[in-house]
Amino acid sequence: MEVTKEFDVHEIRQRFPVLTRIVNKKPLIYFDNAATAQKPDVVIDALDYYYKKYNANIHRGIHALAEEATSAYEATRTAVHKFLNSKFREEIIFTSGTTESINLVAYTWARKNIKKGDEIIVSTMEHHSNIVPWQLVCEEKGARLKVIPVNDRGELDMEAYKSLLSEKTKIVSVAHVSNVLGTINPVKEIVKYAHEAGAITLIDGAQSTVHLNIDVQDIDCDFFAFSAHKVYGPGGVGVLYGKKKILEEMPVFKGGGEMISEVTFEKTTYNELPYKFEAGTPNVGDVIVFKRSLEFLEKTGRKNIHKYEQELLKYATGAFKEIEGLRIIGTAKNKTGVISFLLDKIHPQDIGVLLDQQGIAVRTGHHCAQPLMDRFGIKGTARASFAMYNTREEVDRFVVALRKAKKMLQ
Amino acid sequence: MQFTSISEREKEIVDNFSLFDDWEGKYEYLIDLGKKLEPLDDKYRKEENIIKGCQSTVWLVADYRDGRIFFKADSDAIIVRGLVSMLIEVLSGQTPEDVLSAKMEFIKEIGMMQHLAQTRSNGLVSMIKQMKNYAIAFHSIHS
Repeated sequence: MEVTKEFDVHEIRQRFPVLTRIVNKKPLIYFDNAATAQKPDVVIDALDYYYKKYNANIHRGIHALAEEATSAYEATRTAVHKFLNSKFREEIIFTSGTTESINLVAYTWARKNIKKGDEIIVSTMEHHSNIVPWQLVCEEKGARLKVIPVNDRGELDMEAYKSLLSEKTKIVSVAHVSNVLGTINPVKEIVKYAHEAGAITLIDGAQSTVHLNIDVQDIDCDFFAFSAHKVYGPGGVGVLYGKKKILEEMPVFKGGGEMISEVTFEKTTYNELPYKFEAGTPNVGDVIVFKRSLEFLEKTGRKNIHKYEQELLKYATGAFKEIEGLRIIGTAKNKTGVISFLLDKIHPQDIGVLLDQQGIAVRTGHHCAQPLMDRFGIKGTARASFAMYNTREEVDRFVVALRKAKKMLQ
Repeated sequence: MQFTSISEREKEIVDNFSLFDDWEGKYEYLIDLGKKLEPLDDKYRKEENIIKGCQSTVWLVADYRDGRIFFKADSDAIIVRGLVSMLIEVLSGQTPEDVLSAKMEFIKEIGMMQHLAQTRSNGLVSMIKQMKNYAIAFHSIHS
């Protein structure tokens, strides 16, 4: 789809109410978007409207409110199905977030299919939530976790990956984009090699979905997980995409209402996809309004956003590099708007505190990626991560503030 | 040796901070306190003395002499070090009873509460708790 509308960042900023906040007497600069993105007015208003007008439990009621809520909930499923370009609508399962999506696969597919001596491949740049669930499977089943190394620029070593693959490999689970480095991994290639080795794949899209166009059929991954709150959507909503055939053969995750077909004390039969994985009352209101964030993204134009964010990243990288003693961790050729850095020998937390005093929100610490910190021989970084509403003026102000922090800490 | 009370020491800190009317002054003072804090000897920088925060680490040791507790501490982040230095200034050399009943209101008065609110990130809350644990321990051993 060709985008004709011009991308006007100042117009976009007006749609995000929180951006007008004053923090520590300064206009807020929100550079912690990799942690969570801010919400546009349409999402906030829709949630308000939902609770005022049609809050109800879904799928079971026959009254008007239940029907409205059910069709709105299912409309979001259709929207996500289109957003990810999945083949079937029922391949979209709602969860509480990326972490739950990954755990769902680890607790169902993996526990059924992983046996003693099998291998699971992750990478050095994974978030803990794409490490720990697999470690638990390995411990329980006597399987082994294999790790794809990264080079000094923060890119996956693809040759090493290929040599890790074997007939023992059962699943490859890697991040699409690193939350620390911003590296965009060649997921299509990763999936292709995994399939050739007879393994299935899970792509952790927590950091990619907001920045890149996602086409799960093109990637050909077997699972794709992401969270709504990082895509300008509400908290507490996640998505697990899975290929229909695999999902159908997978054992259920949680037992409860909605996921059943018939229950007797002798035997319970399960509902069909996607409901067999959605036990209990879901996060109805937030799922419903998530559709608004996806619409907002589409309306703004994904190409426009990508182009703007890439330009901002380039500008910011150049500006950051001019600060003496600043070292960027993660210099991959293909990156999203994430800049992790260290400044001389200053503790990242000190930087974070002094930036906060100047109204700037960044993240500091190990970013739930301790193995990656070990790889670079560091304990943590300060991380600035950008969204579509950030500007060059903010980057300029950030640089001034960072220089000031540096001066104070020396 | 003369010992000033917790409230006197707190007042002194609050008075010092009141000299600054902007955040820069306050934080420069805090960073300066951090720099001046005597580094903890390497032999104390061991696992059992660590108070782990999610981001920065604090080391704390305590000693009991003549009915009073003496604390030494350190951190790998300079602002936390400054805060640590103030906690020591206020609580070191006090009796276990006084350490236990200290409310540490001065932290709020000097506008540094946010550092106690970040419960997981810097270990300061755990540090105060640990100082009080030492007070309980010494109190029960020596009473």
